[in-house]
Amino acid sequence: MATALIRIHGLSKTYRRGEQEIPVLLDIELEVMAGDFVALMGPSGSGKSTLLNLIAGIDKPTTGTIEVGGIDIATLGEGALADWRAEHVGFIFQFYNLMPVLTAFENIELPLLLTSLSSRERKARVQQVLELVSLSDRADHYPNELSGGQQQRVAIARALVTDPTLIVADEPTGDLDRHTGEDVLTLLEQLVDELGKTIVMVTHDPKAASRARRVVHLEKGVLVDEVPEVSAVPAVSAVSELPAAKVTA
Amino acid sequence: MFIFRLLLKNAFRHPLRTLLTIVGLVVAVVAFGMLRTIVDAWYAGAEASSSTRLITRSATSLTVPLPLAYAERLRAVDGVDGISWSNWFGGVYVSERNFFPQFAVDPQSYLPLYPEFVVKADDRVAWERDRKGVIVGRKLADKFGWQVGDQIPLRGTIYPGTWSFTLRGIYDGADAGTDTNQMLMHWAYLNETMRARSGRRADQVGVFIVGIRDPNNAALVSQRIDAQFRNSLAETLTETEKAFQLGFVAMSEAILVALQAVSFIVIVIIMAVMANTMTMTARERLAEYATLKALGFPPEFVVRLLFGESLFIALLGGVLGLLLTLPLAALFAGATGTLFPVFRVSGATMGLQLAVALVVGAVAAAWPAWKMSRINIVNGLRHVA
Repeated sequence: MATALIRIHGLSKTYRRGEQEIPVLLDIELEVMAGDFVALMGPSGSGKSTLLNLIAGIDKPTTGTIEVGGIDIATLGEGALADWRAEHVGFIFQFYNLMPVLTAFENIELPLLLTSLSSRERKARVQQVLELVSLSDRADHYPNELSGGQQQRVAIARALVTDPTLIVADEPTGDLDRHTGEDVLTLLEQLVDELGKTIVMVTHDPKAASRARRVVHLEKGVLVDEVPEVSAVPAVSAVSELPAAKVTA
Repeated sequence: MFIFRLLLKNAFRHPLRTLLTIVGLVVAVVAFGMLRTIVDAWYAGAEASSSTRLITRSATSLTVPLPLAYAERLRAVDGVDGISWSNWFGGVYVSERNFFPQFAVDPQSYLPLYPEFVVKADDRVAWERDRKGVIVGRKLADKFGWQVGDQIPLRGTIYPGTWSFTLRGIYDGADAGTDTNQMLMHWAYLNETMRARSGRRADQVGVFIVGIRDPNNAALVSQRIDAQFRNSLAETLTETEKAFQLGFVAMSEAILVALQAVSFIVIVIIMAVMANTMTMTARERLAEYATLKALGFPPEFVVRLLFGESLFIALLGGVLGLLLTLPLAALFAGATGTLFPVFRVSGATMGLQLAVALVVGAVAAAWPAWKMSRINIVNGLRHVA
């Protein structure tokens, strides 16, 4: 029986623009099970990216609680939140957000600098995830020498390398053609099915959303409906393949 | 190591921009070093002065001579260890452009007071025996290619007529700060000649050089000397050799202040240029820094990256500037000839050059580093799109 990894209760987010207060999320209640693959959908300005940012701990709610793995991240200070993100969250961005001066290998190694792993352990771990995303032969390539799909796979490897419990993906196929996007989604499915990762993905694309196990719709900051789970959450099978990395900074 | 590699790669992400920034830094560091060296050269006489020497001159003016007869009374002053005297000769060698200092001195009493002038024993004896003989410093001899035995004609200005001297020796400096750009001739020869030409100018000396036993008593001995001659026809003014030399420097103080101001203005300008470069760099990488923070890197990491990059570029510029200053200073010294008796880039100046470069690097990074450490991750990430 899967347990809830994310518990969101009474979550609201309001932005202030001068004297004006703009509500973006209103009284959100949501639970995400461990090992689930959830798609957040909705029109522009519906608050889906804001919700993703709040779940990822890169933004703070106005009211409400966000429990991830039993920790209310809304109460954490900036330093503690950074440490929490380093240990528990992997990020996949629409535009990959790779460091252009670092090779694919170095980009993937970057988050491991925040762990206590030795240089040799880091390299072994990077090799492992490079194989997982089928990019071992591109390890020494710089981002501008890779295609969009390859860059996104490097970003996925970077998100995966610290073995986080949660992976957040903001429009991961938004900058890719349909075929490459399909490949990326297949890879994300693999992370859920084979490594037991929990993925929360924001997307505009119904086809991409259909690959998730659960689709949550937002409209004007409110959860409007939910497509029920398409399949049961699989048993965790390959998590132990990645040795634990303790966050030190 | 990873971080250093990242710093290096970031520093040369825009090679042309980094190169131009480094060129600017090199120019600023060289300019700073050269201007400081010129100022140092001005003060070289004062810096090389001995704390055991006092200079007694006329209280009226340096151009008014004192009677030689004062020597015996000076020698009797308590605390005085030795007495000598000198006259500024002010001759012209071939052309006014060949200016160098010439002093008429009493070799037997003068050289013991100036142990920093190192003369070979044979040369010294030869000079003392030849009243028309002179000794010159190494730098001066090298400049004009003089050899011992050469005849050196001088056209007198203060002491009119054409004077011909025989070079009897070349002295070296005990250290790099010693002035080896002077000519020393016999005061007795000058005095005899003046006695023959115009008796009233005989037995007059420009300044007395007073050797003292204890540098701590300099003020007291100076007071005693001046008290001896108070209310006489030729009152004296006695001061340390350093104060005497600084009196000359003070005459051109406005120029020195201007030079120092320019050297600092150059630094402020390059500081502004580099700060602009680093601000531009940081703004371009806004999304990258936001990504690093999202991945869990603390704000201090971003600060370290920016400071590291800025300091690396500044240090590179500083070291290149420093290395370029040395040959340029040698070229400048050669081009200016004997204008500066001592023209060398001091250790302190080299240290200051590097320190200035690092300060420029640190100041340039301060604002963008502070700004980037505080960026909101969500806003920073939006910068990509």
